[in-house]
Amino acid sequence: MSSKDQDTVLEVKELRTHLFTKMGVIKAVDGVTFDLKRGETLGIVGESGSGKSMTAMSLFRLLPSGGRTVSGSVNLEGEELLTKSESEMRRIRGRRMSMILQDPQSSLDPVFTVGTQLMEALRIQDPAPRKELRKRAVDILRSVNVADPERRVDSYPHQMSGGMKQRVVGGIAISGQPTVLVADEPTTALDVTIQSQYMNLLNEIKEATNLSIIFITHDMGIVASMCDRVMVMYSGRIVESGSVREIFNNPQHPYTKALMASVPTIDRTTERLFSIEGTPPPLWDLPEGCRFAPRCPVAMDRCMEEYPPTVSFVAPDEVSHEAACWLAGDTDHE
Amino acid sequence: MSDRTTDVIAANGLTKHFPVKAGVTFGRSHGVVKAVDGVDFSIGHGKTLALVGESGCGKTTITRLTLRLETPSGGEILWNGEDIHALDRADLKRYRRSVQAVFQDPWSSLNPRMRVKELVAESLITARDTPRREIEDRVAAVLEDVGLQRDRMRSFPHEVSGGQRQRIAVAAALISNPQVIVLDEPVSALDVSIRSQIMNLFKDIQEKYQVSYLLVAHDLGTTRYMADQIAVMYLGKIVEIAPTETLFEETQHPYSQALLSSALPSHPDIERNTIILKGEVPSPLNPPPGCPFHPRCPHSMGTRCEVEVPILKEIAPNHFSACHLND
Repeated sequence: MSSKDQDTVLEVKELRTHLFTKMGVIKAVDGVTFDLKRGETLGIVGESGSGKSMTAMSLFRLLPSGGRTVSGSVNLEGEELLTKSESEMRRIRGRRMSMILQDPQSSLDPVFTVGTQLMEALRIQDPAPRKELRKRAVDILRSVNVADPERRVDSYPHQMSGGMKQRVVGGIAISGQPTVLVADEPTTALDVTIQSQYMNLLNEIKEATNLSIIFITHDMGIVASMCDRVMVMYSGRIVESGSVREIFNNPQHPYTKALMASVPTIDRTTERLFSIEGTPPPLWDLPEGCRFAPRCPVAMDRCMEEYPPTVSFVAPDEVSHEAACWLAGDTDHE
Repeated sequence: MSDRTTDVIAANGLTKHFPVKAGVTFGRSHGVVKAVDGVDFSIGHGKTLALVGESGCGKTTITRLTLRLETPSGGEILWNGEDIHALDRADLKRYRRSVQAVFQDPWSSLNPRMRVKELVAESLITARDTPRREIEDRVAAVLEDVGLQRDRMRSFPHEVSGGQRQRIAVAAALISNPQVIVLDEPVSALDVSIRSQIMNLFKDIQEKYQVSYLLVAHDLGTTRYMADQIAVMYLGKIVEIAPTETLFEETQHPYSQALLSSALPSHPDIERNTIILKGEVPSPLNPPPGCPFHPRCPHSMGTRCEVEVPILKEIAPNHFSACHLND
């Protein structure tokens, strides 16, 4: 192993997850390759149907019925996950790879105290005596900065504020001391203040544990403020990836450019937003060539016929920058 | 605030209190939630007013009051100068057609059993004052306005995408030539690439028909793009109201400053000093005395803020803020 590989905690290669439905085979994840370094935060950005959430679920091997990972490799700290048995996977989920949802309401059971719910998570990992588990639950609450943890451990979710509940959910997610944390963000409308509290919590967790985080989001603002590296997905494939600063300053793929130009900002007045015409293609009936070509403002004949190869660029920050576009690297097409 | 005679909608001292009843005490009141508490605003022709604030601040209650789905506990809403609760039958009918709404979720706001043509034409059919052969042409015309093909008329909502569904909802609102459309989170359920299409559609329609919007959106970028004027609400009160540019560039009220600072930056090079507020929004059942924001305010000056309710004062032309710091 080279020194670069030692830093890599997760390596995903040519991952293909298909959904077998009445409509035919849906290639939800269609050849996704990426890696994740220790302590790194990677954003996976895409719209619904881009395959971002299905990629995350494939890592956990938690697919909806009809869903199957047909090929590829998911390697977590040197261990292949796709060939593991279900009972082996159960020991990996929550312990070495954990998940956190943005909405605390949907993650906590209203009829149990938060202590009970934390202890349940801890017991699965290590069946210690009740007293010991309770002590650890209090420690975890303290580690995610819940004030007065000795008392709070006996509270029910409804007795806590939204921000506090988020912290409890965060505590449960890191209770097994995972290497990788996947944060999946639903598209529901959350108050900006709740969102910023959540970002704060994740930053605290990150600093305290050196966790690697994968952010599944549709929001470029989250990527801008939280991630080191970003991967843009469209119709099951990665269309562009690179360091966040590089992608924001020097986007190559027309979809990435369009995505960034179509979001209004509070930082300045926008006269007219760019808008991408049309909708993403149905996943059971994908175009022959580039999947973005039918909506692409700069598409050429070739784009309709052949899927473009992934081109690498030398970025100033030496983090590899890749884009799958016939025009990528060509500066004349602006 | 502005010339009231030209405003399509104006609210004066608008108040809505909901009595809270607990089940076991058989309807005995346990106090009131002051959802909207003495609010003034106005919307001019072809203009957009956005209401921003956290959940529970009263934004949605204001939209419901404007749509006349709730009766105010105090104050009034004027439509072209007339109190909407004092209209006669004929005027009420005109009002109903003149004030329309588009909601967040086009999956639940459109009847799945109706075809696009029926969904869009429903208000004309109900009003019974348009000849049948004209209806089809009117539907085709508004569909074109919202960027849909005429052949979509025979489709059911499930046959079209989320973005197109929202276009259908807009067409249904437009067909009765409204003066005002209430937009309650009109793009937040849509995918990013579809959002900008729909926002641009709203802007184009406004330009073409001079329709006014009352917009509620949690995404501050959306409000900056869409609105001419923004009202920041906290616990049922407007704490600051100003033209959009002024509100974002010369934010005055400490709550507005905190709210704006918590929005995510649009570029990794933008450093935001997020103002983290102490505690949570107090219960509207038992709001704090004095300035409702004082327990969380980083600039609270003590006694005065704790006792005296600050009133909304014009601190610069068209820029109003309710804070004792302005004195």
